[in-house]
Order: sequence, then structure tokens, then C-alpha cells
Amino acid sequence: MRREHRLNALILGLVLAVPLWAWATSEPFTITLATRAVIFAIAGVGLNLALGTGGLVSLGHAAFFGIGGYAMGILASHAQTYTPLFEWPFVLEGTKSMPVIWLLAVAASALAALMIGALSLRTSGVYFIMITLAFGQMFYYFMISWPAYGGEDGLSIYVRNGFPGLNTLDPIQFFALSFAILCAVLYLVTRLRASAFGLALGAARQNEARTRAVGIDPYRVRLLAFTLSGAITGLAGALFADLNRFVSPVMFSWHTSGELIVFIILGGVGRLMGPVLGAALYVALEHHLGGLSDYWQIYFGAILLGVVLFARGGLIGLIVGRETAHD
Amino acid sequence: MTDTPVLELRNICKRFGAVVASNDVSLDLRPGEIHALIGPNGAGKSTLIAQIAGTLPSDAGQVMFEGRDVTGLDAVARARAGLGRTFQISSLAMEFTVLQNAVLGAVGQARTAFSLLRPVMKDRVLVAAAEAALEAVGLAEFRALRTDELSHGQRRQLEVAVALTLRPRAFLMDEPMAGLGMEGTAAMTGFLDTLRQRAPILLVEHDMDAVFRLADRISVLVYGEIVATGRPDEIRADAAVRSAYLGEATP
Ligand SMILES: Nc1ncnc2c1ncn2[C@@H]1O[C@H](COP(=O)(O)OP(=O)(O)OP(=O)(O)O)[C@@H](O)[C@H]1O
Ligand SMILES: [Mg+2]
Repeated sequence: MRREHRLNALILGLVLAVPLWAWATSEPFTITLATRAVIFAIAGVGLNLALGTGGLVSLGHAAFFGIGGYAMGILASHAQTYTPLFEWPFVLEGTKSMPVIWLLAVAASALAALMIGALSLRTSGVYFIMITLAFGQMFYYFMISWPAYGGEDGLSIYVRNGFPGLNTLDPIQFFALSFAILCAVLYLVTRLRASAFGLALGAARQNEARTRAVGIDPYRVRLLAFTLSGAITGLAGALFADLNRFVSPVMFSWHTSGELIVFIILGGVGRLMGPVLGAALYVALEHHLGGLSDYWQIYFGAILLGVVLFARGGLIGLIVGRETAHD
Repeated sequence: MTDTPVLELRNICKRFGAVVASNDVSLDLRPGEIHALIGPNGAGKSTLIAQIAGTLPSDAGQVMFEGRDVTGLDAVARARAGLGRTFQISSLAMEFTVLQNAVLGAVGQARTAFSLLRPVMKDRVLVAAAEAALEAVGLAEFRALRTDELSHGQRRQLEVAVALTLRPRAFLMDEPMAGLGMEGTAAMTGFLDTLRQRAPILLVEHDMDAVFRLADRISVLVYGEIVATGRPDEIRADAAVRSAYLGEATP
């Protein structure tokens, strides 16, 4: 456990150091890459709460990532054109304020996760994977065929949204904002995992009959975990859209869900920093291998296969060993 | 000992295809008693425990608990109503520590499973309850071990400890002594002897010495049917029981 804490600090330190170094040497593109990694990490940490701690292998988290993205896209595009989203039963204006966008992104993705979770958590195992996948794809095709917000082409936002006191157009400032959110999310998830709720969630993953026998309903515990998980991934979606100043249905596609799972497997399922390490490596490899070959994903696939076969606890498990029980 | 029963089964039935696992079973558990349920392998003892705990729905019959019909309640609701069960095949969260398993029970009892931010292993009240339960079954020194590092006998003890943390108003125990060894069995027998004052115990057990030492009443289950119920001396003398089950097992 001690070793894992030290490794976690090291990973977080590197994720912070690389863009700072890039800032000092005026390499804005590297800062943008680091921001991308941090935002993916937030989404992965969100998914890992359900997948790692709760054992809920969701192949539909792209739905929440996309909802967060479109929350940003829709609100900002209405602000851009000075038209309200709707006027009845009350007038809802668009906004360029990040905190307001985040709030709505979190609320919308939490609501979607609550509804999707309520239905899919009735199943388990492969059925759960399939039904979450189906829900994700439903959103994907809906966004493609809904013309109001760009359909297949997606939505562009001309200017990045604002945050009080910051110039979000400055790459390092937007990075700092994203990094602060990652830290806040890691703190929240640490608290959740150590709480009675976290204990119940872990118990439900390991032994459902035991959990019931102590009077705890696994379904309700999982539903809350899934909802919180979706909300965090939705927040990451809003940030991702702001990073690119663009949203498209691709955010909803099952590739996105798959990528999030890949971050977790690469770094270590159920490890707090697993998705952070996984996302950072993924973005770095995407950049470097992608430069070498258009077929970089084949090489990446080989690396991933190696991790799955030879490092069951992901890279973090490989470095620090089996997760020790802790009080 | 003639008070109204805490737990009462009325004409409980369960079939698995052609196998009749429980056939019109009626029995009760009274305040302060240990009621042992014995019978040969496959007689339907575990099935009956599962029907009482609510993990297996009954085909027919009623389960009354503290005067209330709980037949329609699921396992979660019955645990919350005050039925604390142990499993014949240890059923624990194997990646947790011993203490974490006991704290899980305490969380269930305190109904704080939706407490989201307070560190549960630093909750003095819950940890104290968990540690007291581990102490009672003799597992205190193993509290920091991972549960999958325990021996089979120790897992049986942990099953009992988790049930204790629930502070149930009736215990359902499915072979708590299995695999405990001589010393462990003696210790557990002594402990259960005192436990009955806290809540009555429906005890499934193959260890006849322990059964005859502990039980206030014994019911004998054969092919899903109760063939006899009575005080230990009555059961020992019962000819039908001797031929059906005890045979050469009694001294
Ligand atoms: N889920 C099930 N499906 C089909 N048959 C079952 C199931 N559970 C139990 N049985 C059958 O029901 C009968 C009673 O089984 P049960 O486990 O209740 O016996 P038991 O008295 O607890 O035996 P033991 O002393 O070996 O623990 C057995 O014939 C068993 O094979
Ligand atoms: Mg049995």
C-alpha cells in the first residue's frame, strides 16, 4: 500500500511536470496533449468507480461522456447565437460559463446514468455489458440523426468557455483547471472508496449473497455507484468538448467506451490511479506511435495484450504487486 | 420456555424437480432456546435455512417472525427484520480483511451503507462492534489478515462473527462447527451455549456431541420431512430416529 501511494504521487507528479516543462519551453502542443490525458483520466476514474470498485463492466460510458460534451456544445452554441434553448415552461438561456456548464453536464449525465443503471443493473455479466453497449449506441445514433445540433457533423464553438479569474484560452491555464478537477475527483473517489458505501460496493462485487445477508441491497448500492460514475464521466465530457471546442457523435460511440476501459486495464483495474496512468500512456503512445505509423493501434493492441496476459493488475499491479487488504 | 415462538414455519414446501427438499415442514424457535435441526446429507436442512432466510422462495407455506408474516420479504428485508444467518459453505468477501468483513456486518446493522464520505474503518462504533464479534469467536488476532488467507475453520468462525455484528433476534446457523477441529468445536460449543440468551438459535449441525450438549430441542429431518421433534433425551430414545438417522452414530 505504501508503495502504491508513492507510485501514485509519482504518476501525478509526472502528469503535472510534463506540461509545466512544455510551458517553460513554449511547447503549447504538448500542454494540449497533457490536458487531453488529464481529461481522459477523469473519465476513466469515473468509470473505474463502477468497473473496478463495483465490478460493473459498462461498455456504455460513452453515453455520459457524450452527454457532458453536448451539454457544453448545446449551451455554448445557444450563447453564441443569443437564442434561448427553450422558452417554456421557463426561459433557459445558453451560457459560456464553465461552472454552469459543468453543473448541467453533471446533472444530465447523472440522470442518464440513473435511468440506464436502473434498467441494466437488473442484469449482470455479459448481459450487463451488452445492455450498456446498446444504450450507448442508442445515444450515438440519436445524435447522428438529430439535426438540431449538427447531426453527424457535430457542433463547433468559436471561443473556449470562460472560468472566473482565468484565461481559459491560455493552454497552461486550461490545463491547470483540468488538473485541479482531476485532483478533486481523485479525492472524492478516495473518500467514496473508504466509506461505508465503498465497503458495501466492494462487498457486492465480491459476494452478493453475503451482502444481502447483512441486509444491504446490492442493487441500490450499485445504482448509486453507477450514477456517480456516470456523473464524473459526464464532467470529463464537458471538459473534453471545451478542449477541442468541438463536439460530435463520435464522443458517444462505443470506441470511446472501449478507450475508457483500455485506460483502466492498462493502468490497473480498481486501482485509484490506474486510469490516470493508462490515459497518460495512451495519449503518449497515440502521439508517438501515431507519428510512426498509421496502424499504431495494432502496436498498441499488442502492448495491451501483453498487459492483460502478463500483468493482471495492470501496470500499477506489475510495479507494486497484489493489492493488499487495508483497514 | 413456552413463550410465543420467535420464529415459526408453517407447512413449508420446496421441490427441485423430482427432489422434494422440504415437505410440509412446520417447526418453531422459542425465546432463549437452541433448536437443533439434524438429518442425513441431502435431507434438506440447508434448503430450509435458505427458505427461512429468504434466499430461496418457498413453493408453499408461511414463515412467521416475531408474529409477522415475512414470507413475502426478500433476503435483504429479512436480514433487516432481524434474522441473522450463517452459510454452510463460507460466503464472505474474500478480498477484504477479516475485520472488514465484520465491519460490513456492522454497517448493515447500523444501516449506514449510504454513508458516502466518512472513512468506515475509522468509525469507532462500527469497528468496536466488529472487534467485539471477532473477539467472541476467537478471531481477534487475525483481524488484519485477508479473508482468503484464513483456514476453512476460521472462515466458519468469521461467518458466525459477521452474524453477531447484525445483532439479530434469531440466528440461523448452518454447520458452524464444520472443520473447526476438537479445540475449536469445544470453544464454539461453549460460545453458542451463552449466545442463546441473546437470541435463540436454529442450529444445523452434524457434530452429535455438540448437538446433544447444546440443544433444548431437536428436530430430525429426513427426505425433507420432520420425522421427530423433542428434547434430546426423547430424540435419543426415538426408535424411528435411531433407524433413520442416528443409528450407530450415538454412543
Ligand atoms: N439449487 C438446487 N437445485 C437442485 N437441487 C437442489 C438444490 N439445492 C439443493 N438441492 C437438492 O435438495 C436436497 C436437499 O439439499 P440440502 O443442501 O438442503 O441438504 P442438507 O440437508 O443441507 O445436506 P448436507 O447435510 O449435505 O448439507 C438434495 O437432494 C440436494 O441435491
Ligand atoms: Mg446443508
